[in-house]
Amino acid sequence: MFSYTTKRLFSLIPVLLGMTLVVFFIIRAIPGNPAQVILGQRATKEAIEALTEQLGLNKAWYIQYFNYLKDLAHLDLGTSLRTKAEISQEIFPYLAATFELTFVAMFIAIVVGVNAGIISAWFSKSWFDYVAMLLALVGISLPIFWLGLMEQWTFSIQLGWLPTTGRENVRNPVEAITNLYLLDTLLRGRMDQFIDVVKHIILPSFALATIPMAILARMTRSTVLEVMNADYIRTARAKGLKMFVVVYKHALKNAFIPILTVIGLQIGLLLGGAILTETIFGWPGVGRYLYDAIAYRDYPVIQSGVLIIAFFFVMINLIVDLLYGFIDPRIKYTE
Amino acid sequence: MKNEEIVEKEKTPFREFWESFRANRLALVGLGIVFFFIVIAIFAPLLTSYAPDSQNLADRLLPPSASHYFGTDDFGRDLFTRVVYGARLSLWVGFLSVLGSALIGTFLGIVAGYYGKWLDTIISRFFDILLAFPSILLAIAIVAILGPSLQNALIAIAIVNVPTFGRLVRSKVLSVKQEEYILAARAIGMGDTRILTHHILPNSIAPVIVQGTLAIATAIIEAAALGFLGMGAQAPMPEWGKMLADSRQYLTDAPGTLFFPGFAIMFTVLGFNLIGDGLRDALDPKMK
Repeated sequence: MFSYTTKRLFSLIPVLLGMTLVVFFIIRAIPGNPAQVILGQRATKEAIEALTEQLGLNKAWYIQYFNYLKDLAHLDLGTSLRTKAEISQEIFPYLAATFELTFVAMFIAIVVGVNAGIISAWFSKSWFDYVAMLLALVGISLPIFWLGLMEQWTFSIQLGWLPTTGRENVRNPVEAITNLYLLDTLLRGRMDQFIDVVKHIILPSFALATIPMAILARMTRSTVLEVMNADYIRTARAKGLKMFVVVYKHALKNAFIPILTVIGLQIGLLLGGAILTETIFGWPGVGRYLYDAIAYRDYPVIQSGVLIIAFFFVMINLIVDLLYGFIDPRIKYTE
Repeated sequence: MKNEEIVEKEKTPFREFWESFRANRLALVGLGIVFFFIVIAIFAPLLTSYAPDSQNLADRLLPPSASHYFGTDDFGRDLFTRVVYGARLSLWVGFLSVLGSALIGTFLGIVAGYYGKWLDTIISRFFDILLAFPSILLAIAIVAILGPSLQNALIAIAIVNVPTFGRLVRSKVLSVKQEEYILAARAIGMGDTRILTHHILPNSIAPVIVQGTLAIATAIIEAAALGFLGMGAQAPMPEWGKMLADSRQYLTDAPGTLFFPGFAIMFTVLGFNLIGDGLRDALDPKMK
């Protein structure tokens, strides 16, 4: 196990290096001279040359790349062109907002999706099974941004139950501690604000949860169905265990590996999908941060934002891989 | 003579596949939906008397009526016409981008799987790196380089989906390569190219077809998402995602601008997903 973990960690190095290389070249391939962009249209030629020199843009690409890696190693993500702030400082509240949204969405997706899948497998070919699987099919076919807009139209504009955009009541702002507002409001004992924050997170998290929920429901159903034919399930039932225990304890446990894989993959995809959800719901997360940066051509932010999201994506996949061994000790890592 | 009779009575692989596919009612529904949208796309000019970008500011944001089945948008353009013409764009992007990624991905997958060694290492690492980015994010980054347009969105989506096909084909080739008939082919002196085109490729293609159908569904959603973010189709193109982005300002006044393009995306994607599921069940020997 230990040697597998180290081996798996080492195998990450080329991927992470490759990622920095891809991001580095994407940014450099964007048309236009960054120095010109930073200084604006009316900048003098001398000023542009001076800044080009200062930013090292006239050096060979490998020297620039090496300097970039050196900065990254010092956790220096550069400075935003728009706000002139250090990105490594500035990005934290945005990251926290995205994590909060992703966490709530994944929680909803797992609770609803896995249970719907289990019940569908348990009562397969029942009306519940058909309805749940039809909904799941529609769920994976929905464009997330359309679902978000439909939610806004239904629950905000028509029914007036929930706010359309934002993360908090602007007239009653949350004092941040961790920047996870659900937690912060509780820590400060502000129930009124907590309810505000919950109201704001419902629509975006459900929009974000739909696709993983649908995929999880389908995946859980098919893996549990497969397991239900196994001998040990028949034994469990034969010895008189309640069906609930058989399904939730024996079957689910053995069907869990594929489900876990899907959960891991989906968390990563949620980080990407957050761009759309955050744009629609005005959620101040990394996706929104990145989207604004693209509109302003704020290259350092685009570069770091893309890299950070991809970094978390890779890390989540690593954690899922390592979790396999804990859940199913039969999986031995001998490659 | 007698042998030929026996052969004739045996089902061809295609017939066997079709019988299995036909038994799947949902897959047939999917086929129907996709066929419907293809027909609409082809005969778009015959279905409507309006042009997709002809403006009539006197008729802004009208509700659905006999003269405008889906109502009109903020420029007084007929929404039904725009949704119908939008089918052309979405299907075009879906098919073409997936064709591109399937061709490139299959080629790279075969090279990596068949020749192995350092080529395999380089190609597989390349796939790993591309897959390390969430696909929509990578697509956005590529469009940022190429500039926002529907064509560049298509190229970005094609690039983003290459590793999915590549990995699939590589793993399939790796297992097919071990089969005895490949050894036999080599023993009778068949060259690499012939083995690849006559044995490896035909035996690795089924999962590509399944993945391709499902990928069209994803590609259509991704193209719409890029259009929605302003990084795909540009005004006045009647692209569904772009239309949804425009509808945001008129959610209260004209919800029709939100409903119809959205349903169009959903049904098209649902159609391809249903076909993909059906193909997988019909082509996967494990399911029989």
